[in-house]
Amino acid sequence: MTTAPAQAGWRFRQPSVIPGFGLTLGFSLAYLTLIILIPLSGLLWRSAALGWPEFWAIATDRRTIKALEISFGTAFIAAAVNVVFGTLVAWVLVRYRFPGRRIVDAMVDLPFALPTAVAGIALTTLYAPNGWIGKLLMPLGIKVAYTPLGIVIALVFIGLPFVVRTVQPIMEEIDKEVEEAAATLGASRFQIITRILFPGLAPAIVTGFSLAFARGVGEYGSVIFIAGNLPYKSEIAPLLIVIRLEEYNYPAATAIAAIMLALSFVMLLVVNLVQAWSRKRYG
Amino acid sequence: MADPEIKSYEPHHESQSAAVTESRPARLALMAVAFTFLGIFLLLPLIIVFNEALAKGVGAYTQSLSDPDARSAIRLTLLVAAISVPLNIVFGISAAWAIAKFEFKGKAFLTTLIDLPFSVSPVISGLVYVLLFGAQGLLGGWLKAHGIVILFAVPGIVLATVFVTFPFVARELIPLMQEQGNGDEEAALSLGANGWQTFWYVTLPNVKWGLLYGVLLCNARAMGEFGAVSVVSGHIRGLTNTMPLHVEILYNEYNAVGAFAVASLLAGLALVTLVLKTLLEMRYGAEIAATRGH
Repeated sequence: MTTAPAQAGWRFRQPSVIPGFGLTLGFSLAYLTLIILIPLSGLLWRSAALGWPEFWAIATDRRTIKALEISFGTAFIAAAVNVVFGTLVAWVLVRYRFPGRRIVDAMVDLPFALPTAVAGIALTTLYAPNGWIGKLLMPLGIKVAYTPLGIVIALVFIGLPFVVRTVQPIMEEIDKEVEEAAATLGASRFQIITRILFPGLAPAIVTGFSLAFARGVGEYGSVIFIAGNLPYKSEIAPLLIVIRLEEYNYPAATAIAAIMLALSFVMLLVVNLVQAWSRKRYG
Repeated sequence: MADPEIKSYEPHHESQSAAVTESRPARLALMAVAFTFLGIFLLLPLIIVFNEALAKGVGAYTQSLSDPDARSAIRLTLLVAAISVPLNIVFGISAAWAIAKFEFKGKAFLTTLIDLPFSVSPVISGLVYVLLFGAQGLLGGWLKAHGIVILFAVPGIVLATVFVTFPFVARELIPLMQEQGNGDEEAALSLGANGWQTFWYVTLPNVKWGLLYGVLLCNARAMGEFGAVSVVSGHIRGLTNTMPLHVEILYNEYNAVGAFAVASLLAGLALVTLVLKTLLEMRYGAEIAATRGH
């Protein structure tokens, strides 16, 4: 970029002997615009066309607010659970050697590969009152399927690989010499973990959290089976969009979708800020 | 993933430095917690799919799969993947070529836009097409006047699938091609190869494993997509039901064996995907971009 001759002035691209720039960029932009940008701007245009009073009425509808609360709340809890267990799983995979480690490592990606509807019915069957796990929890008075807790379970399943796969490569890069140095200087294992290892991993953990959270907020397939879908109780925002669509209530569906997109965008912004802060704080 | 060679000496290294690992009981406890967690959250759901599918014997299982509606759902899923995956391969290669081989203004922004579908709820990915092509949609009237059917038909399902699987191939190829640089292509061009030959004989062989990796993930998602397809499909049995949608219908009809039989095929696909993915990572780790996830 700095090699551009000053007298050439502003240039859209650096000169190159490689052909095909116009063709590939042109095609990519056209495809991107047709498939992604036009449909998405259609959504924004439609919600803008609603007008403020109507938009506000839909946004402040109690059912909408409740659904958004449930979606964001359960996704937050699930992402937090995944931060704890996902980091632990990554640690075990990176630091410990045991037979079948490859298989366990490959298994972590199962939620990426297993269709969400399959995960949904499988989890529901497991956690239903007569299911393998549900049966064990029943005497303890814990109901999972058809409650918000079920949503959290589904989102933990969906979000796990995001945390593991973000934290794992950073863990692999940790230089053991630093730990050795700390140990020789008399630091306890606990101190090494909290003072030396954790700070290095913090940005990756935040990224993993945000990816799992973002995915959880929008998740639909795995949740609707296990949630029970009671309005105000266990109805997630994506489901409310589908319900409004089925009622041919396009304005409401559009408005809820726009709110979800806006909230996700704000969240992404906050995560980026936290990340910048943690990089600065922990280097 | 690091090279296997690097990994292989680690146990030795680990035994040397007891100071930088946890005590044996702590290690065992951590492993126990991790395995229990993975067992409950990953293994059990997988087992129960096959368990339920075969709950009433192999006969009921094969019968569920030979049901005409199940057959047509399988056919539709294969058809949709056969259209949308190649489309995204062409896009992925084209976008990676433009982004990795050239320096131009707005490149970072373009890369961000390509990732956009990953941060949109699948339901919204379907909704945008309903708003565009639906009866009340922006183009709905025009389409109707010209007798073109997109929504609640195969084209709509393909579009929604293309939308959700859009980034897979591109985001696998872009970092890989960036890492490889332009040296090989410049050499080929200076030796007189034309652009197409350069791509076909130089670039493509360099990225083939990465490409396969991206295609694998793209295909798994294309065949398994539920939310987006559910919104645009209309759920017409035997016509616009893909496998995941058929699973939902059967499940809601309390036909557990039928639902899990179709689900077991999808779970099988997921397992095959994972095995191939792991093999690719083990054998060609260096030729696959380091970025993972999704």
